[in-house]
Amino acid sequence: MSQASAHVSLRGVTKTFPSAAGGELHALGPVDLDLRRGEFLAVVGPSGCGKSTLLELIAGLSPPTAGTIEFEGRRIAGDIPDGIGVVFQEDACFPWLSVEANVAFGLRKSAIEPAAKTKRVREVIELMGLTDFAKSYPAQLSGGMRQRVCIARTLVKEPRLILLDEPFGALDQQTRLLMGDEVLKLWRQTGATVFLITHALDEAAMLADRIAVMSARPGRLIDAVETNWPRERDSRIVERPEFGVITARLWKSLREESLKTIGRAK
Amino acid sequence: MSANALKGVRNAAMLIAGLLVAWQALYWFVGDAALRPPLATFRYTLNLVTSEAFWPHLSETMRAFAVALAIAVSVGLATGFWLGSHKLSSQVFEPMLVAVYSIPKITLYPILLLAFGLGMPAKIAFGAIHGIVPVALFTINAVRNVRPILIKTGRVHGLSATEMVRAVLFPAALPEIFTGFRVGFSLTLIGTLLGEMFAAQRGLGYLLMTAIGLHNVDLIMAVTLLLITFAAAVSSVLLAIDRRLHRRI
Ligand SMILES: Nc1ncnc2c1ncn2[C@@H]1O[C@H](COP(=O)(O)OP(=O)(O)OP(=O)(O)O)[C@@H](O)[C@H]1O
Ligand SMILES: [Mg+2]
Repeated sequence: MSQASAHVSLRGVTKTFPSAAGGELHALGPVDLDLRRGEFLAVVGPSGCGKSTLLELIAGLSPPTAGTIEFEGRRIAGDIPDGIGVVFQEDACFPWLSVEANVAFGLRKSAIEPAAKTKRVREVIELMGLTDFAKSYPAQLSGGMRQRVCIARTLVKEPRLILLDEPFGALDQQTRLLMGDEVLKLWRQTGATVFLITHALDEAAMLADRIAVMSARPGRLIDAVETNWPRERDSRIVERPEFGVITARLWKSLREESLKTIGRAK
Repeated sequence: MSANALKGVRNAAMLIAGLLVAWQALYWFVGDAALRPPLATFRYTLNLVTSEAFWPHLSETMRAFAVALAIAVSVGLATGFWLGSHKLSSQVFEPMLVAVYSIPKITLYPILLLAFGLGMPAKIAFGAIHGIVPVALFTINAVRNVRPILIKTGRVHGLSATEMVRAVLFPAALPEIFTGFRVGFSLTLIGTLLGEMFAAQRGLGYLLMTAIGLHNVDLIMAVTLLLITFAAAVSSVLLAIDRRLHRRI
């Protein structure tokens, strides 16, 4: 994969934070990674290994300490590029806006006319199963529903690159599988590139074209697994024998790293 | 909701009735020299508000108060947003604000009188300095406590600095800012009246002070009743809005 044709391209990306003790905390990298245009990439790694940090770097929310990140051939250096949609790990709904208004917030900057805007907002709300709650406020919703609001707010923009940080973390297993199907459908329809962080190995194996495995902090890529799934697929893919093989391989790569994380926590 | 509203009205009615009973009882206890009974006060107040001479005083106070409040809120908000979003400046200026907050403002009054002269501007300034600091302090905290994830969300939606203030920071901080406004409202009112009591030729504060000088108990009671009624009515409306804003968080 050459750098020029990649949709997103990371070279030697490193991030350190000033630590509380006055020293430096090496959170991430160096990471080299290319995302193909339209690819569905999942990232798995032990807790605290720098997954969210990696996502924020790609989103342009903070500059890398070293290395370069390119999106559509343009370098991202702490500015927010157009065409990227982000769903954060935390609940990021605006509590003072109704569900509808939260979703419409995603279209603040787009030039489409009000009627088309309303229509699109309604469609995305329906897609996320929130139609009955369009007029509700986030405080009246469950955690999983709030996360769906945030996903809707991102999808309504029709971004070319979608960054998802454990978006289904607050959902139960069944809803997760169904939401996974929805994301797959959207991904096929829009042709967007998807970067999905998850801690669920089965979710990664089910959804992604490729799964990047990260080491314990400072996070580096230690494995990349191609799933070779067909583009037309849904959650029933878990019945296939390859699914077990992929999940097993992921766990093999991760077990050692996860043990390190737990050992450190003690 | 309507059952709740009904309960609120009933509670308020009971509170008012209780206060009236206590007032009457206190009157029986201390007698005519210092107090008038409720009924006599109401009658006197009615006469007062229908008399020609009263309105210039009321309008003077209300104008001074309105301008002082507008100044307190706008300066307080601007200061609050600035200090709330700049860590360094807030480290320098916030302790100063807290210090100013704790000074009895009356000690500054002679200086204000020298600067503004007797009359409207001095009153307004005195009212405003009471209100600016609480509005600013509440706003600083409100802005500082906005969850970073909401600001990040604003950033990934490409908001400019002014849009960020208008569309994210302000609404996110509004419930807390409103609490500051509520406190600022009360203190500005107190400040304006105090200003009128010590150096003025018009206004409710002046009227009250003259009444004290003449030992006109009826007038003292009537003006006090009017002020308390006004402050209590506005405060309870503001409190209701405040509660409603905080419910969404
Ligand atoms: N703004 C920051 N300032 C200082 N340290 C930070 C900051 N953001 C992250 N870190 C540190 O960087 C490391 C990686 O954090 P990050 O949130 O990227 O992990 P993660 O892989 O997303 O974890 P999880 O799976 O629990 O979400 C952690 O040790 C964290 O404490
Ligand atoms: Mg994370």
